[in-house]
Amino acid sequence: MEKEELRKELKVSAIENGTVIDHIPSQSVFQVIKILNLSEYKNQLLIGTNLDSTKMGKKGIIKVSNKFFRSDEINKIALVAPSATLIVIKNFKVVDKSKVEIPDYIEKIVTCFNPNCITNNEDVPTRFTVIDKKDLKLRCHYCEKITARDNIAFR
Amino acid sequence: MKNKSLVSINDFTREEHVRILELAGVFEKRPKQRILADYVIATLFFEPSTRTRLSFESAATRLGAQVIGFTDAASSSVQKGESLRDTILTVSNYCDLIVMRHPKEGSARFASEVAKVPVINAGDGSNQHPTQTLLDLYSIRKTQGTLDKLNVAFVGDLKYGRTVHSLVMALCNYNTTFHLVSPLELKLPSAVKIHIKEKNLTYHQYTDLSEVIQKADILYMTRIQKERFSDPLDYEKVKSAYVLKNSLLEGAKSNLRVLHPLPRVNEIATDVDDNPKAYYFTQALNGVFVRQALLAAILGVVD
Repeated sequence: MEKEELRKELKVSAIENGTVIDHIPSQSVFQVIKILNLSEYKNQLLIGTNLDSTKMGKKGIIKVSNKFFRSDEINKIALVAPSATLIVIKNFKVVDKSKVEIPDYIEKIVTCFNPNCITNNEDVPTRFTVIDKKDLKLRCHYCEKITARDNIAFR
Repeated sequence: MKNKSLVSINDFTREEHVRILELAGVFEKRPKQRILADYVIATLFFEPSTRTRLSFESAATRLGAQVIGFTDAASSSVQKGESLRDTILTVSNYCDLIVMRHPKEGSARFASEVAKVPVINAGDGSNQHPTQTLLDLYSIRKTQGTLDKLNVAFVGDLKYGRTVHSLVMALCNYNTTFHLVSPLELKLPSAVKIHIKEKNLTYHQYTDLSEVIQKADILYMTRIQKERFSDPLDYEKVKSAYVLKNSLLEGAKSNLRVLHPLPRVNEIATDVDDNPKAYYFTQALNGVFVRQALLAAILGVVD
């Protein structure tokens, strides 16, 4: 009985095995999909957005079947969804729960803010060191200029 | 330092900087030695630069090396649309070391990752110009006898001047006290000040040049470029405020020396040139010895 009630609450169906990315700001759901390259994903993928959330008002959620992310893969999404929670599911049960963390290095996904940087002028993948996690400041490995939170754009 | 690229001043440790300065002293005493007679050095100037290119070519030639390359992008395959990656991969087949200047920031770092031979950055856009920094350090050490605990004043465009940024970063290793003189629009960027704060060093900011002259051991002058101002009237207001005249040097410390990366326009009056405190032309000569030291150390013909 209890279980049935719980299932009614679920706006996005449960998955048997895989990863749930919860508490994504609604406006960032599609960016997360892009960063994780999920549009190419071949297994079951459930996406919900503008769902009611007691914590956030509105939130997004992504459930990725049969996929367990490495931390360096998943932490990239902290740039657009710092509030996101990661839930690892095995046999419909939660086996691990954690928050995303901003990584020390970011490769390929972010564009350098400096238009005169070589990465914006030749076919060169971007590389950044995160020099300030709180205020989100990224130092470009190539031009050494700083791209700050307000200027972050994705490739 | 054998086979090590020099892209950013921080690629070399403090000990490596000191070793280059010592070697430069050796070459100053004996500039002509054919120790690089078996080597080919490519100078790739995707953007013209008379002083830096001639200084490198002079350094290489005095050591007996053969120099190949181009002096601007128009006379290279870039004109045909070749990528930087392909140019670097091709040229690294023909030489033992690449010296390059390029208008885009980060180009030299990228080239050093692609090339099979070491790369020396001779300027990448507004980013880094480490060989200028090393010749500045050499000039400071030579005139002051030490690099430690000096009062160094930087004057002019501290916002866009890459030579200023690199030299400030390098001097952070030597307990320097920084005196930063600039118009409000051209203050040192916070990204550079972070390095000073990280080392717990002191900096003072001024808008008036006359305030620092009596405190300084080194007065590092730079050019204020008109195109940095959105309003030409703002430029007219500041341009004469940062001109060094001979009369301003009265009352300066006896060990004070005036440095300038050149080219100078009007920020140092010509009446300063005959003052024994003027050092900027000797500073340019020192660039040859420092570049000889770098070529020899990176090619591994000296330890």
